[in-house]
This record gives sequence, structure tokens and C-alpha cells, in this order.
Amino acid sequence: MSELALHISNGIINGPVSAAFGAVAIVGLAIALARGRADLDDRLAPMAGLVAAFIFAAQMLNFAVLPGVSGHLLGGALAAILVGPWIGAACVATVLVIQALLFADGGITALGLNVTNMALLGTAAGYLLVAALLRVLPRNLTGLGITAFVASVVSVSVAAQGFVLQYLLGGTTDFAGGIGALAVAMAGPHALIGIGEGIIAAATVVTVAKVRPDLVYALRRFRSAPARAQAAVPAGGAA
Amino acid sequence: MNRRLGWFLGAGLLVALVLAGVVSNFASSHPDGLESVIHQGCEFNEDDEIIGGECVAQQAEDHELANSPFADYGLAGVDNAFLGTAVSGVLGVLVTFAVGAGLFWLVRRRGPAGATANAPDSDGAAGSR
Repeated sequence: MSELALHISNGIINGPVSAAFGAVAIVGLAIALARGRADLDDRLAPMAGLVAAFIFAAQMLNFAVLPGVSGHLLGGALAAILVGPWIGAACVATVLVIQALLFADGGITALGLNVTNMALLGTAAGYLLVAALLRVLPRNLTGLGITAFVASVVSVSVAAQGFVLQYLLGGTTDFAGGIGALAVAMAGPHALIGIGEGIIAAATVVTVAKVRPDLVYALRRFRSAPARAQAAVPAGGAA
Repeated sequence: MNRRLGWFLGAGLLVALVLAGVVSNFASSHPDGLESVIHQGCEFNEDDEIIGGECVAQQAEDHELANSPFADYGLAGVDNAFLGTAVSGVLGVLVTFAVGAGLFWLVRRRGPAGATANAPDSDGAAGSR
């Protein structure tokens, strides 16, 4: 048994359901790349590579959430804020594919399950929150930080429940107490993991927004001119 | 890509390399949220092998590439866990950046030479802003 396993391994979800989610993942990523291409200019392309590399690094940093239980960043909300939902989903999927192929983390037959939960569901849920919160919260770094935090908590929780759905459809054993108990068991630790992820994501996007607000997709999208001027003030003042 | 963006990317990569290559060695080694849930109901020995009870993880199968050189973020043939994690972390960051940036560069929207984000769409792709 592996020492550092971060994702769904082989055999937990049966073959047909794993294959079905493999198809969901492929179609979802094809749509994401097709839609994301409009965002993907000479500046966003290398930035997206950096976001993927940063998420890979952050996923290695397990932090304690309960006695004997750890968690790590998934990255969907962070990616959605920095490079947008479409390319963000592709960033997280890139990380998951490399982890499965190079580091034997997350089964290859389970790749579609993991991509669906973390890259598709996690990024989509995170981005919906970002789109809603940035419209109502104050147009400053605090508002951006709160947005990243809340979007991360929701993103991780949705991704965790994605596993519950997959287990309901194709789990290979019975979870003691049934599917409702599994949902509750997943929700608790992943709410705490979401809080940890939220702190990391908020610190990251606020840092990027201070240095290069023009590189934060969500600011370009939802807060064009005024937010850029405001976000640039602390950077200038601190320098 | 201009020089300022180059500096930003370089600094970002450096942060990622330090996180994956050094800080990762101080990460918690306890099972993560998912793993702890699928372990519920089973008993484990010191090698993390199931020795009794019933749990979801009983059905888990070995990874297809469990014997690959960098499996589980280690380094095959090297007993030093610190070194194995550091090498795997650095390699992972570099490969992820290369694959990600390369893929996104290939599928990017082609604007005029030296295009910036404010350049108009020359190929008629639907602009998002």
C-alpha cells in the first residue's frame, strides 16, 4: 500500500462506472479546451503552465486537519480565479494525469473519476462562487481574498461529494451505514480541508493580485478598470 | 512574452520548486480525507496493510505503474526519503510546467505577432471580454 496516495485508487469504483466517468472527463476537457482557447493568448498560456506546476507542488503539502487525518489543496478554485474556469479545469487535469502516469498516484483506470471530481466539478463549483462573490464583495484585495477562501471551501466540498455519487453508482463494497453515512463522512474532513485550501488559495491570489493584477483572470473578467487601479495601490505603496 | 512576465514566471516556478522540493518533506504523512474515509472500519499494521475489519479500501488494487521509478513521489533504489521526495517534487514541478505550458501554447489563440491580451481577435475566435 502506498505511502502518499492523494486520489482515488484502482478498484474502489467498478469498471463500467470508471469508464463512464472517463468518457465524461474526456468530453468535459475537450469542451473546456475549445471554450478556453478564446482566453488563451500569449500571456495566459505560460501563466496556465505555472498555475499547473504550482498546484502540483501544493498538492504535495499535506496539512493536518484532524488527529490522524490530513488533507491537501485540490486547486480548482485557485485555478479558476487565476486563469479562468475552462483553462483552470485543464490545469488541474494536467496535474492529475502527470500524477497518475509519473508518480503512480491515482489509478489510471480511476483517472476519469479523479478528473471529473477535482478538475471539472471542483473548478466549476469554484468558478460559480467566484462569479457571484466578486459582483457583491468590496472591490479590493480583501474582497478577492474572501472570494478565494469561500470558493475553495465550496469547491473542495463539491469535489468530495462527486466521489460519493461515483460510489453510489459503482462502489465495489458497502460503506458501513450506507451512502448517506459516506456523504457525511466525506463532508466533515473535506470542509476542514477546504478551509486549509481556502487560506492557501487566498494568500496566493492576493499575492499575485498585488504584484501583477493583470494576470488574475477573475479581476480582468469581473473588475476591469477600477479594480486594477485599486489593486495596484498597495503594490506601489509597499514597494 | 515580455521580460516582466518572464520574471514573474521564473519567480513563481522558484516558489513551486521550493514547495515541492523542500517544504514537501515536512508535510503531514497521515492519510488524507478520502483515504481516511475509505479506511474506516479496517485495522492496519505498521506497514499500512489491512489486517482486519471491513472497509472500502479492501477493494483497492495496486496502481498499474506501482513499480515505476518515481512511484509514490519517491525515487526507486534510494532509501533516503528526503532525497526521494525532493527529486520527485522538483521533477514533477518541471514536467507539469513543461507539459502544461507546452500544451496551452500549442492550442492558444493566435493573434498578431507580439499580441497582448488587449489585441483584437484576428482569427475570429469568440472573445470572452
